[in-house]
Amino acid sequence: MSKQHTTRPITTGTSVVGLVYDGGVLLAADTLLSYGSMAKSFNTPRMVSIDERILLGASGEYSDFQEVVQKVKALALEQKTQSMESLYEDRPLSAKSLWNYLRAVMYQKRSKFNPFWNDVVVAGYENGSSFLGVVDKLGTTLQENCVATGFGAYLAMPLLREQYRPDLSEGEARALLEDCMKVLFYRDCRASARIQLAKVTADGCIISEPYELDQSTGWNAPSMIRPVGDLDGDGGW
Amino acid sequence: MSMSQIHSSAANVAEPSGFSFENTLRNDMILGLPGASMLPQVTKKTGTTIVGVVYNNGVVLGADTRATSGSEVAEKNCEKIHYLSPNMYCCGAGTAADTEKITQLVASQLELLRMNTHSPSRVVTACTLLKRRLFRFQGHISAALVLGGCDINGPCIYQIAPHGSTAKLSYTTMGSGSLAAMAVMESSWKEDMTEEEAVKLVQRSIGAGIFNDLGSGSNCDVCVIRTDSTVSYRRNDVRPNEIGPLRDAVNRSAVLNMIPGLTPLKGGPVRVPHPAKVSLADVDVVMSTSS
Repeated sequence: MSKQHTTRPITTGTSVVGLVYDGGVLLAADTLLSYGSMAKSFNTPRMVSIDERILLGASGEYSDFQEVVQKVKALALEQKTQSMESLYEDRPLSAKSLWNYLRAVMYQKRSKFNPFWNDVVVAGYENGSSFLGVVDKLGTTLQENCVATGFGAYLAMPLLREQYRPDLSEGEARALLEDCMKVLFYRDCRASARIQLAKVTADGCIISEPYELDQSTGWNAPSMIRPVGDLDGDGGW
Repeated sequence: MSMSQIHSSAANVAEPSGFSFENTLRNDMILGLPGASMLPQVTKKTGTTIVGVVYNNGVVLGADTRATSGSEVAEKNCEKIHYLSPNMYCCGAGTAADTEKITQLVASQLELLRMNTHSPSRVVTACTLLKRRLFRFQGHISAALVLGGCDINGPCIYQIAPHGSTAKLSYTTMGSGSLAAMAVMESSWKEDMTEEEAVKLVQRSIGAGIFNDLGSGSNCDVCVIRTDSTVSYRRNDVRPNEIGPLRDAVNRSAVLNMIPGLTPLKGGPVRVPHPAKVSLADVDVVMSTSS
């Protein structure tokens, strides 16, 4: 029986950006689903919550993300209902153990040359501290205070590294992430201005409804509107 | 002599003029062979972050100072902001030899033109000279430039790509660190900045390239060209990677740092060195002819 191996992603999502702030973790991603250079859908959520306590977000092949989410939800349910411990106490899935489970899954798939073509971001709040980690399609894991997948690694990480502080308030963290998403919209061809923010704290997860970034000042600078090719100026362009 | 020269001289045909692209096909074929990845990387590329910004009274150019050969740092403090004319400078990314040479050639052309026209060079002139040369070589001259200057039409920045396309912009970045630098630009640029704000923005952008891009590093050079014809070329304006303190912190053996007086004198006549620091070894002793 012949087997097929994933050779390239087809239906894709772009960057997911996240950071740890004082009291939790904040993630951001746009809601654009791309099909090569075509915009397939403007309203697809790329972040989901598991058991309302862990956030999972991913960039890359969307079908692989859907499969990973299905596997993870099945795992969470199994751990909640079918393990021996669950008869006696509530031991929900922890973000860190989910991150490690994903590492095992991704590494095994890639060792068979058939990877889940994603960069998966895992975020949670447990034992009084925040957790933010990423697993890539090769099974590489990173646990960091700031993460950005896809194009975000080149455009958002410099901004996050420059401005990150461990004692950021939620408002400051949100402003920093929105700035990153705005820069991504300007310079990533496969990004949109319609984004979602997701937060996980000691009280659980919240994923916002998709909303549009404020573009009122983006292209209004007079030097951007002024035509340059005219002979009134220097004639150069 | 190339094969085409031998054939044409044999047949008495005029030799073809212009750049011969024959070897480019052969080179591409070689790179496509198995084992091509084992070939040593020979070109010294600048692997760079360069930026240019227009502000209310002029332009500010910035560049990092690392030159790479593959994954080795070839030069820790090279100069990437090249002189074109008293009112124009050009930052270069790509192959170091290409950026150096092409800016020198165009600088010479501009100087001759100034002698002929008795007027200062215009930025659009330099841009046109550069882009026409680059287009003629179809991208084989790997020079990505950020040209900035002030002329009769005001301050402007041009970005010039290796194949010869240009864009006139208020802010731009080029090189391997351009995404990191552009993220800072897009986040913080605004219309009509003061010189201080513009210089600070350029320093931050280059800093983002230095610390987030592996092809860029070391120091930040800044060049401010104002509409009143003054220029501040600030070599190593920011030095965030000083290794002096690190080196001094290393405990090396005293054997490597001999100071006078380490070896105790055992006695006997002490030959004090001549204050002018010359000795018998420095002079020629010649028999005197007069007695």
